[in-house]
Amino acid sequence: MGGLFSYFRGLLGAREMRILILGLDGAGKTTILYKLQVGEVVTTIPTIGFNVEQVTYKNLKFQVWDLGGQTSIRPYWRCYYGNTDAIIYVVDSADRDRIGISKDELVHMLREEELANAILVVLANKQDMAGCLTVAEVHQALGLDALRDRTFQIFKTSAVRGEGLDQAMDWLSNALQARK
Amino acid sequence: MSRRDKKEDEDSGFQNLDKTTLLQEARYFNSTPVIPRKCIHILTKILYLLNQGEKLTTQEATDIFFATTKLFQSKDVVLRRLVYLTIKELSPMAQDVIIVTSSLTKDMTGKEDLYRAAAIRALCTITDSTMLQAIERYMKQAIVDTNPAVSSAALVSALHLSATVPDLVRRWVMEAQGVITSDNAMVSYHALAVVAGARRNDRLSTVKLVTKLARTPLRSSYAICLLIRYAAKLAEEDQTDASEPYVEFIESCLRHKSEIVVYEAAHAIVNLRKSARDLAQAVSVLQIFCGSSKATMRLAGARTLAKLTAKHPNAVAACAVDLENLISDPNRSVATLAVTTLLATGAESSIDRLMKQISSFMSEISDEFKIVVVRAIRRLCSKYPRKHQSLASFLAGMLRDEGGLQYKTAIADAIIALVEENPDAKETGLAHLCEFIEDCEHASLAVRILHILGREGPKARQPSRYIRYIYNRVILESGPVRAAAVSAVARFGAARPELLPNISVLLARCQLDDDDEVRDRAIYYSAILDSGDAQLINDYIINVPIPNPVLLERALQDYLNSDADLSEPFNLATVPTMAEETQEPKEAPVEIESRAPIVSREEQYADQIKVIPGIEKLGPIFKTCESIDLTEPETEYRVQCVKHIFARHLVLQFECLNTLSDQLLEKVHIRLEAAPGYKMLIEVPCEQLPYDKQGSVFCVLEFPENPIETLGTFGATLEFVVRDCDPTTGLPDSGEGYADTYPLEEIEVSCAEQFRTRAASDDWEATWERAASAEEACDTFGLSQSDVGEAAKAVCEHLGLPKGAISGDAVKEIRGGGVWRGGTPVLVRARLVMAGGAVTMQLTARSPREDIATLLLAAVG
Repeated sequence: MGGLFSYFRGLLGAREMRILILGLDGAGKTTILYKLQVGEVVTTIPTIGFNVEQVTYKNLKFQVWDLGGQTSIRPYWRCYYGNTDAIIYVVDSADRDRIGISKDELVHMLREEELANAILVVLANKQDMAGCLTVAEVHQALGLDALRDRTFQIFKTSAVRGEGLDQAMDWLSNALQARK
Repeated sequence: MSRRDKKEDEDSGFQNLDKTTLLQEARYFNSTPVIPRKCIHILTKILYLLNQGEKLTTQEATDIFFATTKLFQSKDVVLRRLVYLTIKELSPMAQDVIIVTSSLTKDMTGKEDLYRAAAIRALCTITDSTMLQAIERYMKQAIVDTNPAVSSAALVSALHLSATVPDLVRRWVMEAQGVITSDNAMVSYHALAVVAGARRNDRLSTVKLVTKLARTPLRSSYAICLLIRYAAKLAEEDQTDASEPYVEFIESCLRHKSEIVVYEAAHAIVNLRKSARDLAQAVSVLQIFCGSSKATMRLAGARTLAKLTAKHPNAVAACAVDLENLISDPNRSVATLAVTTLLATGAESSIDRLMKQISSFMSEISDEFKIVVVRAIRRLCSKYPRKHQSLASFLAGMLRDEGGLQYKTAIADAIIALVEENPDAKETGLAHLCEFIEDCEHASLAVRILHILGREGPKARQPSRYIRYIYNRVILESGPVRAAAVSAVARFGAARPELLPNISVLLARCQLDDDDEVRDRAIYYSAILDSGDAQLINDYIINVPIPNPVLLERALQDYLNSDADLSEPFNLATVPTMAEETQEPKEAPVEIESRAPIVSREEQYADQIKVIPGIEKLGPIFKTCESIDLTEPETEYRVQCVKHIFARHLVLQFECLNTLSDQLLEKVHIRLEAAPGYKMLIEVPCEQLPYDKQGSVFCVLEFPENPIETLGTFGATLEFVVRDCDPTTGLPDSGEGYADTYPLEEIEVSCAEQFRTRAASDDWEATWERAASAEEACDTFGLSQSDVGEAAKAVCEHLGLPKGAISGDAVKEIRGGGVWRGGTPVLVRARLVMAGGAVTMQLTARSPREDIATLLLAAVG
């Protein structure tokens, strides 16, 4: 029956939005995915590969792909770029040492043609941690100033506390609908 | 909807699937959202194609794999399960399959029961040993899961993984042990397999496991069956009374309420090597099976009884009545087994009746069972030679029927065996074979039969009648068959001088053939026959040594690759000839499995000795002797010595096995005290000898010039450096280790090892006479044995001659011949006679080289 349902839904339009959650390992991508899906903070282990879930936010359906951030898995990100509507790029604001690597990965990714029309949301995560970078500092460190021709926004979040995610999703929903 | 599905399936059809189109179709998986039904259809096609044996390149497989991973977006249960299947199929071909690890881990721990078991199986096929540790916790949980399918899947996956990462799986044994007593039959069975598998190399703990479980009755009949197998194996390994409890356990299972357990127990008892105390119980169980209403039970009973006939014909004979009832069984396989078993156990008088029974349904059974019947008849031929007439005509009748090559070969084999064993049946047998090749569609079989006709035909009373059949082949058949026919005809000419003029005419006609091989052979044989030289004709037509083809090929390759001057001709005599057929008559009366081809020792070792630098300079190998133990069994280090004999060199291969799991041996070499006259050339030590891995040390020696000096003994000591290591990982501790030695038994080089001997051929007498001009050594010996027969056997053993070389009754005569390493022929004759309570032997050796003839005598004395 499931097949029949999704078949009709496909016909009736209201296409699911395809969203990728990317970022370095340990940035909190999987935690954010499940926070969005079930509204709870679940215990996670390093993602070897990917998790894919359907997330409903304010009657909008998203198909969210959370790709593992380990160095060995980053090369496979590009296998999942096709048909992407939006990218949620998660940064560990407390990880000052690797913010540079994070920037490089972001720049590298945005150069991909398949993602040319994707909306970008940057989450400066782990804002609850002491001594973390502020949103402005993350903005600066990622070189977002130089970003042209791209709908994007940066938010400060703390996935474990559930802070900032709603704002980010509100903005994203609006941006996606506005684009249609 | 289902009707539409069906129609679509028919429309698309799986007949003309094309890989390229399918690769295109798989791209659909990348779209969002996907329609599950469409994906299911495409995945089914991919799986179908893969199972048809279609090969994908790594790139193609990887592309399909990554596209398939996109389907995790769908929640459709059927689709997801097909995704698992596809992942499993693609995992050996595609790269980077670990990308689905997280998704599978989630599915295996998730709420959807339909996913969990399948996800475990897929996960275990994609992970490698490095990734396994990450999922170890989940595997342990899955093993003890309350859902039997999940638990079973985890256990079976653990079994598969134990082939590659046994150490890791061993850590899950605790969990597996816990579920052996599970209520679920499969879980219990699989758990037992995992636990026992982990203890495979540890006899003591296997004993504990079996003893414990034999006392606590398991609920799962499958697990009990497995336990019976382990118990039987333990009983088999231990021939003392200590194994009694296992046998008792198995016997107690004969009274189990489950049929499968009862059968397994009966089967185990019947197959125990030691003489079972009480077969009757097991046999009566099988007897009951024969009367069962289920065909499978009757087959199991009949098949096991059939196997038992070899060992205990009397026990089976008691079941004759039950087997008689099965002759008319509607299941033809059961009927065949019953009839063949009865044939093997029954009296001569019942043969005709049973044969009639078989022929009534011969046309209804498959080739496989027809072969069983043929083999049964073949045994009857040797058992009751007087029945050959009816048996041979029955075989001939079967030859005329339709059948595959294997079946026809089995029949031809049976007739050939009849011809060779039974002189009375020779003429009829050959006549049947002649008739068969008139209409034989299998070239290989025709060639073989022509060869037999060439060998046996000339000895018949009227050889000329076969020539017509053979010559007909020259006119009617394909090239290879014509060539074989030419060879066969030539043998008639060589063996029967009175036919020679006619044969010459036939061969002359064959020289006009279109086929090169046929013409070549005809010209070759004509030339030899025309020469009139009896020696030449004998050596090149009648008694042609057939070299072992594998070794010949290798020797020729070495010859071509060697740096040596190719002007020196290749010496065929140095290649070992085909092993004489010394097979014991086949025991099992019913054998359905086909046997692995026999590989000669020389072939087995040929690759191993390749590691010796410069081995190709020693020339082709002459002989490899049977390995000899240089240590007591069950000691710390086991060493066996294999002697490889070359024309002028001796290679000693020491096969070493380290049985201490906490030691790693390094720089293993052999200190050899060579016998006088021998020159040590090189030694190839074994750099590392880890626990339970066989390693070899090689010593290359040069034989002394004088053959007499070659007899001697070598002292040997194993020298090595010991490094202690962790028994579980096998990794050595840090530190240098310490040197140690281990004494070995002495190695003896005897005379038989330097000969390749064979029993006398039919025309031994003539060969012996021709060799009269050669050097001869002769001496008389008094032997210690008090019986002529015993003494003769001992002499044969000493000279390395087969027992078939002995003939005569009161005066035993041993006739044999052989080739000395390097290719010098030698003939020996020994006459043994009983005189005044002691055995006296006169031994004569003839050879072109006197020193070799003398050596043979010296070796006995």
